[in-house]
Amino acid sequence: MSVFTIALLTFREASRRKILLAALILGLIFLAVFGLGFHYITVEFEKDFSNQQLIQINEIRNFLLMAGMYVVNFLTAIMTVLTSVDTLSGEISSGAIHTLVAKPIRRWEVVAGKWLGFVGMITLYLALMGGGVMTFIYLRSGYLAPHPWRGLALIWLNNLALLSLSLLGGARLSTLANGVLVFGMYGIAFIGGWIEQIGSFFRDQTAGQVAMNIGVITSLVMPSEALWKRAAHEMQSPLAAVFGVSPFSATIYPSLAMIFYAVLYIGVALGLAIRQFNERDL
Amino acid sequence: MSNSIPAIETRSLHKAFGDKIAVRDLTLKVERGEVFGFLGPNGAGKTTSVKMLLTLTALTSGEGRLFGAALNDPQVRRRIGFLPEHFRFHDWLKAHEFLQLHADLYHMPRELTRQRIPELLDLVGLTPHAEKKLREFSKGMLQRIGLAQALLNQPDLIFLDEPTSGLDPVGRRLVRDIIRDLRQRGATVFLNSHLLSEVEITCDRVAFIKQGEVIRVSALQELTRGELSVEIRLRDLQPESLVGLEHWGHNVRLDGEHLSLTLAQEEDLPAINRYLVEQGAQIFAVRPQHVSLEDLFIQIIGTDGGL
Repeated sequence: MSVFTIALLTFREASRRKILLAALILGLIFLAVFGLGFHYITVEFEKDFSNQQLIQINEIRNFLLMAGMYVVNFLTAIMTVLTSVDTLSGEISSGAIHTLVAKPIRRWEVVAGKWLGFVGMITLYLALMGGGVMTFIYLRSGYLAPHPWRGLALIWLNNLALLSLSLLGGARLSTLANGVLVFGMYGIAFIGGWIEQIGSFFRDQTAGQVAMNIGVITSLVMPSEALWKRAAHEMQSPLAAVFGVSPFSATIYPSLAMIFYAVLYIGVALGLAIRQFNERDL
Repeated sequence: MSNSIPAIETRSLHKAFGDKIAVRDLTLKVERGEVFGFLGPNGAGKTTSVKMLLTLTALTSGEGRLFGAALNDPQVRRRIGFLPEHFRFHDWLKAHEFLQLHADLYHMPRELTRQRIPELLDLVGLTPHAEKKLREFSKGMLQRIGLAQALLNQPDLIFLDEPTSGLDPVGRRLVRDIIRDLRQRGATVFLNSHLLSEVEITCDRVAFIKQGEVIRVSALQELTRGELSVEIRLRDLQPESLVGLEHWGHNVRLDGEHLSLTLAQEEDLPAINRYLVEQGAQIFAVRPQHVSLEDLFIQIIGTDGGL
């Protein structure tokens, strides 16, 4: 099927890009730094804590894991946007799309193929980075996050939302405008999520409700931060969930309905990207 | 599918970009096996017409069919080759990988492409460069690999948009040979070109398009048939014999050893030859020249047609 031909082409093209190479090298450096840091911090704490204080040690391990996964989530998001932002707009503006679309292929297959190719790349990158952080912690200390697969799946979903939005923008806008759009939306979701998080500590209930509403609305516009918060909730220790106030934990987190909404968001964005690409002159 | 169905048939094809009309009521019929030239100045709507036929650009109105089927029918697309004017490809691919990609898009079986790709690389003279990435290719080499890509599926209909624009004389001859082979195979060729000398050599019929409108469609022979200018190199012709030549033609002029005149038909040449010999002239050369396509282009399109 042509979808898989395009998916393979996209995967190969993305994997040959310098941006992915840079993300991979930086990712490996990050894993090395994280691993070293985790090792020496663990050595230090193991000296001071007795076996009875295992809970405290695990809290520290979980804090470090959450810090690692926060960086993984961020790096994967950046890599997703930067590699996919010009896949449609770039080929449309250069004319490289002409010989593809003139073949016995339907336009939806081009968009779906590109989407699948990037999904493959994101999956591998996330498996390497997220899997790397979790595996290292497990091998070094025997600690495993409460729900590692759920956490990874939600980060994966977050990147699929960014990818689908990037393809939608690329089917209509120039590469530069699309980059501004996707990063702008990501930024709005990020700040909205933080306002919601901070608002949850307000004593003034009205102000707290306003902050919560801002968070919900920005999550509906772009569910990336909501997905991270749910991923953080799944991976963080129960104690951190109650008391934790750090960039890497979530005191409030979105419901399952928001996850279903994110899946719907991805489907709708991809559908609109296909429609947009179908209708435009090349 | 019946052979009487034309390769290309359009009815009132129309394309507007906002207020600007790119193609106006294009009605064309290109028969199977024809080499059809689509001529016009820059911005006349030639490339937009091809893009509409390949559904790269949506029709504003009108209807088009390829081999009797809808323009976007994937089955018909399997029979079509296309070389775009601005050949930009995935330049990180090696030449043979690029052809394999496009063969996959044509759903060609691997056992066929293993044979076809080396054949095509050889045909376009790129066998020594099969392992090179396209980004290392010159413009002419890119055009050659683009041609190979357009020929992968042994198309029944091929659209060539300015196929010789980046090529040297050897490359141009290659394109001519390819078009000749396509015609012998019974394929239909739709050729957009500025190079009228190429069109003159290769095309059966031509259409002239200006400001989005087809203003004339004609067989090339019909276009260039008609008046013929003749130059004759001779000696010993008496000036009073020139009057006798006006029986066959006009604009009779003798300038030293060079006699020139314009004839209504080529068939009169032997009689003129005999007359001159009877008048005591020694003839060294006779050069009949039809009106060139370039002259016709200027006559039909005018000098203000381009953008």
